[in-house]
Amino acid sequence: MQKPKRFYGKGIPGVDLDQLKGQLIVVEGADGSGRSTQIDLLRNWLERRGYPTVNVGLKRSMLVSRELEQAMQGNILGTRTLSLFYATDFADQLENRIIPALRSGFIVLADRYIYTLMSRSIVRGVEPAWIRDVYSIALVPDAVFYLAVSPKILVERNLRKHAVLDYWESGMDMHRSSNMYGSFIEYQRLIQKEFKAMQTLYGFETINGNRSPRAIQHALRAKIEVILNGKSGLVEEGSHDDANGTERIARSATTFADGSKRDQPAVRGQSAARHRSTH
Amino acid sequence: MTETQNKETIAGKLVAVEGLDGSGKSTQVYLLKRWLELDGYKVFFTEWNSSAIVRKATRKGKKRQLLTPTTFSLIHCTDFADRYERQILPLLNAGYIVLADRYVFTAFARDAVRGCDRAWIRKLYSYALKPDLIFYFDVPLKTALARILDGRTRVKYHEAGMDMGYSKDPYESFRIFQGKIHNEYRRMVHEYDFIRVDASEPPDVQQVKVREILETKIDLPRYRWHGSIYPRHVQ
Repeated sequence: MQKPKRFYGKGIPGVDLDQLKGQLIVVEGADGSGRSTQIDLLRNWLERRGYPTVNVGLKRSMLVSRELEQAMQGNILGTRTLSLFYATDFADQLENRIIPALRSGFIVLADRYIYTLMSRSIVRGVEPAWIRDVYSIALVPDAVFYLAVSPKILVERNLRKHAVLDYWESGMDMHRSSNMYGSFIEYQRLIQKEFKAMQTLYGFETINGNRSPRAIQHALRAKIEVILNGKSGLVEEGSHDDANGTERIARSATTFADGSKRDQPAVRGQSAARHRSTH
Repeated sequence: MTETQNKETIAGKLVAVEGLDGSGKSTQVYLLKRWLELDGYKVFFTEWNSSAIVRKATRKGKKRQLLTPTTFSLIHCTDFADRYERQILPLLNAGYIVLADRYVFTAFARDAVRGCDRAWIRKLYSYALKPDLIFYFDVPLKTALARILDGRTRVKYHEAGMDMGYSKDPYESFRIFQGKIHNEYRRMVHEYDFIRVDASEPPDVQQVKVREILETKIDLPRYRWHGSIYPRHVQ
């Protein structure tokens, strides 16, 4: 059976959780971890099987995304203000996109969620208890996959793709180092430490993102399959083939889940237009 | 309210004024500010919902009716945080008397009426220092309504709580909404040691009382400008 939905805290006033029939699946990870690629592949896979999906991500709200972008260009907001600005953006999408989609039985694929937002605030000095309280409005996802990629590989992927590192993803606003390369590595380590700390608290699954896009996709599909099977509903034509496919996927996932660090940049075939710096 | 910075180390004083729309609190805090600045004290005045960067988004949200109780709450907290981080706290550290026309209690009252969890709202603002003085301009609901509705041809959508769907008539909605806010304020009088000022008295009489209280609670001479960063003749 499908697990009942719940909020981390009191949540959004006036929402009937029993009405939320869809699934909320979150993919977390740094820029260059292959998040967007994986979400695109998941979307194709799900839609081919007849599941309607909706994509959400950070800084995409109708309410404040443009203003937030402008404020970041000038880099003049304080840490707490920026945290709250992001929280506003998140809440707007939660109420106006995520919850309505779940109510209609969609699968919501979230390209990052509150964990990125919380870890960014915490490494910049905001009290963890406070930021957790802020995000107690959030819906607990049905699954959270964290694509963990070593900072060295992240640097390489980002440089190969853009030839430049993102200011915020390098933590340059923290002024820890004037060397952007070093700052990026150090910042990503700090973020990963926060994710590790959050893992026990929020119980998300860490996926070894050092592997090839294909291997990661197989691992994700195997895990999502389990969630979907717990849900009554769509029995489609060719479900027999699908079952075989699942088995194959599951097998290949184990092959790759041996912790071997294969450096296969997830850049090929990814549309440049699709890339958006989400910080 | 927890304090991120130890209050002992803060040289300045924080004075907040709260009350219903139409309570006359803005007039009173304006007179307070004029008195302090004309008498040569270090004073800074800040108003609710006035951060230049955030207000643009708030205005759009209100105009296009995009706001829900939660985003309404968060965007106002963002606005407050911006003023707090960049002005209120630095100026308090610099030894100013900071006068705030509405402070976190406005959010506590309004957001609770809009249905947000009271404990969550308080946690949201837990980084804000507790004011040294909180003046609450207490006025019968009827008087406040009359002051607002007499002088204007129309009330604003959110001011009237039209987003709550109490009534299709803005005036009726305004009455209901303000009544609920009034109740929230009353709950907070003891919780936060509000200093009640009878706001049905003439403004000059209220101002005398407010100044007297301020003088007894704050060692004003400490907040005088000493010396000048400008040549004397400019002053």
